[in-house]
Amino acid sequence: MIYTQSPLAIGLFFAFVIFVLGLSFYMARRTTSSEGYYAAGGNIHWFVNGIAFAGDYLSAASFLGICGMIATAGYDGWMYAIGYLAGWMVALFLVAEPMKRLGKYTFTDALDSKFNSKGIQLMAAISTLVISVFYLIPQMVGAGVLVQPLLGLPHWVGVCIVGVVVTIIVATAGMASTTYVQFFKGGLLLVFTAIVVGGVLFRGLSTTPDQGGTKDYHAFQTLTAQVAADGSLQVNDPAFAAAANWKTDVYGTAGFVKLVSNGVESVWKMNEGTAGIQLEETLTVNTLADGTKLYNGAAKEDGKFFAVGHIKELKVNGQDVAQTGAVGPLAYLSAIKDSTVVLWGKKYLIDGGNHVEVYYQKPTAGSRLLRPGLKFKVDNAAPIDKFNFISLMLALFCGTAALPHILIRYYTVPSQAAARKSTIVAIAGIGFFYIMTLFLGLGAMTNGVINITDNNMSAPLLALSFGVVLFAVISSIAFATVLGTVSGLIVAASGAVAHDLMDNFLGLHMTDHGKVRAGKIAAVVVGGIAIYLGIIFEGMNVSFLVGWAFAVAASANLPAILMLLFWDKTTSKGIAASISVGLVTALGLILISPDMWVRYGLLPNDAPIAFNSPALISIPASFIALVVVSLLTQKRGAEVTEGAEA
Amino acid sequence: MGHGPAVKLGKDNAQAYKSRLGVYLFIVYTLFYAGFIAINSIKPSMMETVIAGQTFAVIYGFALIVVAFIMAIIYNSLCNAAEARLNK
Repeated sequence: MIYTQSPLAIGLFFAFVIFVLGLSFYMARRTTSSEGYYAAGGNIHWFVNGIAFAGDYLSAASFLGICGMIATAGYDGWMYAIGYLAGWMVALFLVAEPMKRLGKYTFTDALDSKFNSKGIQLMAAISTLVISVFYLIPQMVGAGVLVQPLLGLPHWVGVCIVGVVVTIIVATAGMASTTYVQFFKGGLLLVFTAIVVGGVLFRGLSTTPDQGGTKDYHAFQTLTAQVAADGSLQVNDPAFAAAANWKTDVYGTAGFVKLVSNGVESVWKMNEGTAGIQLEETLTVNTLADGTKLYNGAAKEDGKFFAVGHIKELKVNGQDVAQTGAVGPLAYLSAIKDSTVVLWGKKYLIDGGNHVEVYYQKPTAGSRLLRPGLKFKVDNAAPIDKFNFISLMLALFCGTAALPHILIRYYTVPSQAAARKSTIVAIAGIGFFYIMTLFLGLGAMTNGVINITDNNMSAPLLALSFGVVLFAVISSIAFATVLGTVSGLIVAASGAVAHDLMDNFLGLHMTDHGKVRAGKIAAVVVGGIAIYLGIIFEGMNVSFLVGWAFAVAASANLPAILMLLFWDKTTSKGIAASISVGLVTALGLILISPDMWVRYGLLPNDAPIAFNSPALISIPASFIALVVVSLLTQKRGAEVTEGAEA
Repeated sequence: MGHGPAVKLGKDNAQAYKSRLGVYLFIVYTLFYAGFIAINSIKPSMMETVIAGQTFAVIYGFALIVVAFIMAIIYNSLCNAAEARLNK
């Protein structure tokens, strides 16, 4: 509908996949020890590790999710980028060097370095597994999203391709291949994103975004109407007719009206003013009782469902203009600030047995979309909305330094100084990228490229507006992004199973070869779980999903890490309690949140709690658990004996 | 057990200094970040104020990213100097 496949894009995609697999098999021949498998031998150069950090971190959430959210909600999407970047300061200032000093393969090693406690080994391993799986979901969803336009394959096939390729990568060479895949991909992502941003600025802004003259933008219609004496709605265009109960049916009560033209139903947004009634064209997805989906009343292939994203009134220096031509980055932001951009709202309606999603136009002042408040309710917000916002920003800030696949990267460099320097390289690369995401998102918002049913594809579709070559490269890099991040997560999860649980907690005392084999088997199992979850979470914004992973990581891991480093009275039981409480509280609150209620097929307002981000409760709960339990277990004998007790 | 670094690390006499410095810089940046959240929570309309042709939100957002990098460079320079001084 919105995109078609190109042989070039498909060819480039497979070239990327073959390159990545080739690299993995090459690295596998050099990876025979557990140090090699889990920590790449600990001798990666800090610059390579720094770019690989950026590669790990700039996952589907950053490239697809943030750009998509900016494209549809403006500045609020960029808030994720700001929070993600700020989280690196926690990693740099508090966590990087101690992690390197204390750990070996996994972050459990660092937590357990003083205690040798079975409780810590078990809880930290479970935490690593849960967080890795949570973080895997959005990556797999992102993979499915990418494969649809690139290869013309359904979502689940994309998820399966990534699952299988990544499992092969990890099961062959572990952290060594993962590091070089991330380095390669991270570098390419920065370079090609800069090229797309350059294209956006060179093209400038226009009220008729024709993608450089290559594609006409659909001009959304506005009809006029009036209410007749008998109460019927008379549309001035005779081709359209409204039903007799137009005001009282499910559409009328929600501010819409359903019209019929040539037997095709369409839904229009009703705006009543002094000049009469204006009806604005909407986009609809109608899921019929038998599961059939109609896009604007027709099958998807009919192309009746249009890409969106345009400026309604473009102003430069106070003057109305039709286009700006090439502009600099600050002038670009300034022009958007002074203009009016059409964003899109969404309503769910139930029409008989049909579930109807209605997308309607919301002209928005540029100055409003370049400040928070369109997605997050911050203006005149109820306390629960403010709670939700603060909680999310706290999760993003605290989550980075607690992500298992980020923490294990500190074991791949040779020294504490290298750990620190690689973090700074990561901050430079990631910061540069996040600045560019603002322009990518706004570019998609104003260039008529957004698939409003799934904003995750906004950045690749923006690239497509510059030609299929750039689209092919960007999509392939985005796919490699998913591959790399999923590889890192599966290495982290397999380390938790083989090293923390089997070797340390269960005391199986495997040979070095046995540890590597156990890690590979664990990688295959976790890969299978990730594939399943990636399929059932189709359609959710990947950055939003990552927000949950951050909340769980920040709640389960960060209090334990920080208190271990900075509070002498921390005990092993305190750490185990902190991880358990953080994990259970964060997960529990997510599972009963309004957004999960929608996933269960229920109404969000019926959820037991009114907020979606649990961090503001679960992080303090985790800290309190650690302090209370540590104080209660101060006199239970020397900590070093606890491992034997457990 | 399998704990301890994957590679052998030398003694680092600058560890205490770096740890203290990290905490101080962390507090500074956290306050800067907290200010951003506080304004958005308490007086969000302030973020729409136009300064030098841009909204305050855009300026603050860019500042949070750029200041992070600058502070990281400063931290690394001070750590390098301390390591050179104390690990002779």
